[in-house]
Amino acid sequence: MTTPFYVSPAQAMQDRAEYARKGIARGRSLVVLQYADGIVFVGENPSRALHKFSEIYDRIGFAAAGKYNEYENLRIGGVRYADLRGYTYDRDDVTARGLANVYAQTLGTIFSSAGEKPYEVELVVAEVGTSPEGDQIYRLPHDGSIVDEHGSVAVGGNAEQISSFLDQRHRDGMSLAEALKLAVQALSRDTNGSEREIPAERLEVAILDRTRPQQRKFKRIVGRQLSRLLEADASASTPTDAPSDEEPEESED
Amino acid sequence: MEANPRSIGRLPAAFLTPGSSSFMDFLADHSPELLPGKRTLPPLQGAIEAPHGTTIVATSFPGGVVLAGDRRATMGNMIAQRDIEKVFPADEYSAVGIAGTAGLAVEMVKLFQLELEHFEKVEGVQLSLEGKANRLSTMIRSNLGMAMQGLAVVPLFAGWDVDREKGRIFSYDVTGGRSEEHGFAATGSGSIFARGAMKKLYRDDLTEQQAITLVVQALYDAADDDSATGGPDVARRIYPIVTVITDEGFRRLTEAESSETARAILERRLEQPDGPRAALL
Repeated sequence: MTTPFYVSPAQAMQDRAEYARKGIARGRSLVVLQYADGIVFVGENPSRALHKFSEIYDRIGFAAAGKYNEYENLRIGGVRYADLRGYTYDRDDVTARGLANVYAQTLGTIFSSAGEKPYEVELVVAEVGTSPEGDQIYRLPHDGSIVDEHGSVAVGGNAEQISSFLDQRHRDGMSLAEALKLAVQALSRDTNGSEREIPAERLEVAILDRTRPQQRKFKRIVGRQLSRLLEADASASTPTDAPSDEEPEESED
Repeated sequence: MEANPRSIGRLPAAFLTPGSSSFMDFLADHSPELLPGKRTLPPLQGAIEAPHGTTIVATSFPGGVVLAGDRRATMGNMIAQRDIEKVFPADEYSAVGIAGTAGLAVEMVKLFQLELEHFEKVEGVQLSLEGKANRLSTMIRSNLGMAMQGLAVVPLFAGWDVDREKGRIFSYDVTGGRSEEHGFAATGSGSIFARGAMKKLYRDDLTEQQAITLVVQALYDAADDDSATGGPDVARRIYPIVTVITDEGFRRLTEAESSETARAILERRLEQPDGPRAALL
């Protein structure tokens, strides 16, 4: 018979957090950036069918890193929440803030309930506004906290390094091609500092485009449109007011 | 149930249970009181007076399909609303027009739009056009109790079939019976007259513009003989709602476009009140 050992709550939480963090770190990173006309989601994803990004509602997008079955579950929960809320009230009453709150509560409850295994996921909920000032990006780590992000955010394995890379180079009012190029640059940096090429067919890209005439602003960028955007930035010159230490990365494409 | 979905809290278990991609199935599990068909009606004496929408017409042409409706809602012999909208986009490639009890019909369309959108978001692909038509069938059938008390909803569904690459029209009866119509279709109180008009004017090689003219002519004829159908109201600038669905998706004609067609027809009808004449033999 095993003897029940005393484990301090602090230790228990730390163990759970470490478990979740390790799980998330196994997944590939993804980034979410603001650009002039909206918000762009970029990630490396070899699969065409299992998406990391998806539409939740008219102006709200969802991105997740970590364990597929767990974030898929949360994604569908979010779609159900948003659709039910929009049906009961009005389409305008579905907000990223509300959704992020619900996700935070859900993740937080699961994280601290001893009977459940903590979810190994990190989410991003983004809402595109009618102007760049109205854009909202929330990052939701595994433990149920909410971080209100501006400009750019990275989640997944190599998130810290990628975030600091993005923080230095991201600026307001970038074009879609510029933002996409920066995102690909950030993602193609390995932990050891070296770079690797990510081919266009391994990229998953989606945007929330505030200029889209339809009510639903979410759109996937695939195939020819994606390669055109990636090529456009190869021919375009270096963003003029980007920090000067960007030069070495230019050789990548 | 752990939490009320309307308040902020953890997502209730029903939200995170893997299962159907249908929003209606989810509603049936989680909050059945929101489903139109699940309401129980008190025993009723006499008929309920509620606004009724009237005529909807549709025609297909080689590049797509046109769906249009007049703007009148009636309540008994009274005009309840002059500018009601009865034709709605269902999703990017389909539209639905409704005749019958306006309140229930609008709710049904809202749920139908959401059903298609929900499926698309959860599954990542759109339902097939047949699948959409069948979902609508189920919804009408669930309204049968209401229909038997005089609150029927009878829609017309039209869309672009992405797989077969053509426009298709589906008509329904109150019991949810669905039938595909070839060429043209009409529903609502003025449908008899509209169908008669379209029968004489329809050809299978219409252009988009001709198809638009055809449906507006048919609505004019319906309004001519059916008091519940509204004709073009020049004084108030209220013209039929005309929508076109092609391989480029759904498009609703702007007020300027639809008034142009309606006015051109009106102009001709001043000389020839019964409209264009078909050949006798």
